[in-house]
Amino acid sequence: MDATLAEQQRILASDWGGGKSPFGTSWSKFMMWIFIISDALTFAGFLIAYGFMRMTSPSWPKQTEVFNMTLITFMTFALISSSAVMAMAVGEARAGNPKKAVKFLTMTIIGGTIFLGCQVYEWSHFIGEGATLTHNPWGVPQFAAGFFVITGFHGFHVLTGVTILAIVALRAAFGKYSADGVENAGLYWHFVDVVWVFVFAFFYLL
Amino acid sequence: MDAVTEEGVQETHRGHGFIRKYVFSLDHKIVGLQYFFTAMAMAVFGGVLSMLMRLQLGWPSHSWPLLEKLLPVGMAGGIMKPEFYLSLQTMHGTIMAIFVLTAVFTGGFGNYLIPLQIGARDMAFPLLNMLSYWVYALSCVVVILAFFVEGGAPISGWTAYPPLSAIPAAGPGEGLGQDLWIVAIALFTVSSMMGVLNYITTILQARTRGMTMMRLPLNIWGMFTSSIISLLTFPVLLAAGVLLLTDRLLGTSFFIPSGLVIGEKLVQHAGGHPLLWQHLFWYFGHPEVYIVIVPAMGIAAEIIAAFIRKPVFGYRLMAGCWVAIAALSLIVWGHHMFVSGMNPFLGSVFAFTTLLITVPSAILMLCWVVSLWGANIQFKPPMLFALGFISIFLAGGLGGFFLGSALTDIPLHDTYFVVGHFHLTMAMSPLFAVFAAIYYWFPRLFGRMLNERLAKVHFWFSIAGAYAVFLTMHILGVGGMIRHTYDPTQYEMFQHLQAPNRFVTYAAFVLAASQLVFLFNFFWSLFRGPKAAANPWKVNTLEWAAPDPIPHGNWGARTPDVYRWPYDYGVPGVVQDFVPQHVASIEETSG
Repeated sequence: MDATLAEQQRILASDWGGGKSPFGTSWSKFMMWIFIISDALTFAGFLIAYGFMRMTSPSWPKQTEVFNMTLITFMTFALISSSAVMAMAVGEARAGNPKKAVKFLTMTIIGGTIFLGCQVYEWSHFIGEGATLTHNPWGVPQFAAGFFVITGFHGFHVLTGVTILAIVALRAAFGKYSADGVENAGLYWHFVDVVWVFVFAFFYLL
Repeated sequence: MDAVTEEGVQETHRGHGFIRKYVFSLDHKIVGLQYFFTAMAMAVFGGVLSMLMRLQLGWPSHSWPLLEKLLPVGMAGGIMKPEFYLSLQTMHGTIMAIFVLTAVFTGGFGNYLIPLQIGARDMAFPLLNMLSYWVYALSCVVVILAFFVEGGAPISGWTAYPPLSAIPAAGPGEGLGQDLWIVAIALFTVSSMMGVLNYITTILQARTRGMTMMRLPLNIWGMFTSSIISLLTFPVLLAAGVLLLTDRLLGTSFFIPSGLVIGEKLVQHAGGHPLLWQHLFWYFGHPEVYIVIVPAMGIAAEIIAAFIRKPVFGYRLMAGCWVAIAALSLIVWGHHMFVSGMNPFLGSVFAFTTLLITVPSAILMLCWVVSLWGANIQFKPPMLFALGFISIFLAGGLGGFFLGSALTDIPLHDTYFVVGHFHLTMAMSPLFAVFAAIYYWFPRLFGRMLNERLAKVHFWFSIAGAYAVFLTMHILGVGGMIRHTYDPTQYEMFQHLQAPNRFVTYAAFVLAASQLVFLFNFFWSLFRGPKAAANPWKVNTLEWAAPDPIPHGNWGARTPDVYRWPYDYGVPGVVQDFVPQHVASIEETSG
């Protein structure tokens, strides 16, 4: 039946009435959220595979004997701190202070780079001990294979994140930035950090 | 920059050369057509593969000297090699399920219709949309390339179960061919992700004024739900593919168990588990059939609504059922693994969730039947194919009861019952929806009408062929005929099944030949068909309200305002029996 004029006006005024974003977000920010869901599921696939391998394996190495927990704690701290700084960068970008935003973005990049540096150190240390994709001096090879593939995949995400942040920071430094752009890069960065919390929990704690 | 303003679109969309306009186009309509024609070419290719398989099954190990000239390796001596048969089977399944059906609905029709039906100017991210198509095109090339490398195409089936798929020495085609297969699937996954990011964002964010979610055409609900299922499942396939590739190329053992002997040699892998692949694959693989069937249902519902000339029954119910199917589809994958040695308790859980998913499917079926009840049905070609869709989906779905329950699945699992079942449900019925969509939207896409008489010939031979082929397969399956076998006559117990096997082959040839009628009709009408009226089916959705031909950016100065849902047919007191969505008041149409 015909929507009366009043009904139509009520619909147009509502969030889901069309002609605008129901969430009040930009299209790119919304897409970044959906992308994060899909990427989270890729990581979920890997981590579930890890859990499956661990459950079906007769033995599993003891983390405290394999990992240098001090190093891991430090690199985790660096990554989480960078997330906090990133939030400040987004705040400054929103407030229209490109200089301060660039400062905080640079600090975020430094945090990410420290994390990557620690990871390179950890990997080279492992490889020096004789761990490869097919061999593991501490027990079943699935442990080392899972470690290299999953932390490698995560490290690749961190590297991508650092690259994106560098581009955003450069653009901001030359005055060509949008608050949305900084915020989307920030969303991705927070996501990479959250994923690390899961990787960290599965590999190092549990 | 992001929220494409009305002025912004017109600015970016001004004149380009041929390449920017038709090849690397940002226009969702061109991208949709590119998807559509590529998928159609892949369908012809995949269809030819199935005909070769039927030839072998009808006359096992018969010599075909002519085919030897065309396929000197696979048909050396004129007789099909077993490994070539298995390659055909793998590639037919992969191409049809993924590269044709997954691509043609959201990629082809979705791309073309989503912005038009919701009153948007384009997809949310046109550049991403174009990239999605080109990555898809690349994935098609890579998957076909597998036929032309040493060892040929993979033989591990479209499910690529390890250890067969994980060890290059495990069989012919398991070398570079399998690598290319995995790479092609990974590329398709990336392309699909770029696509669904666009579809979901566009449907939620870019609806025109007044286009609430409950005023979306049913077709859009199908596309939307399918995109969400893709979003939640393809990433897991990507993860599984990466692990499989590292097993093959880098020597890891995620999927390869200890103590495996191939060619009298102990494989240098240990400790992996093939079941891990099956879980990861089917977490994607079962929802995959809903990625295909939900948009097919949406198209069928849309077309039924147009040709019953009365308001469709159960709009909200249908939308709700699709969402319910999407949610349930994520927790039923284990019914593919009843015979894999999974814990029987887990099996009964999966049987329960599987039977649960028949509830929304049955409600959908009821909505369509009630819609048809007492209606003044117009039997135009799109409607015939939509009704064919319902019929075939119902017939196929009934077989699902037997396969969804572990008790009856176990004896039927390795037989042609399964082949018949999934071809009816996820091959024939979506295909009928594709045809329905082509007959329905052809005037909008190309401005001409398809020939109705040829369409009816196409329909009757297709539906008879589909039932003759796939119902007979059900019967063969109950008779014990095993699948994945290239020469059933080598078994004493299957000798008596050769006559029905040959009947299936004849019926398959008829089915294929009737598609030639369609292809002729399609290309002839493309150039010679009668010019279509502006709204030939007299329907309400917005795509028919767009200017003709539709410009880049779709609408003139202002996107249309929407005042009503799309199914206002036969409204009392109105002279014409339909009221388009953009019409503000009924007086406009009756005056």
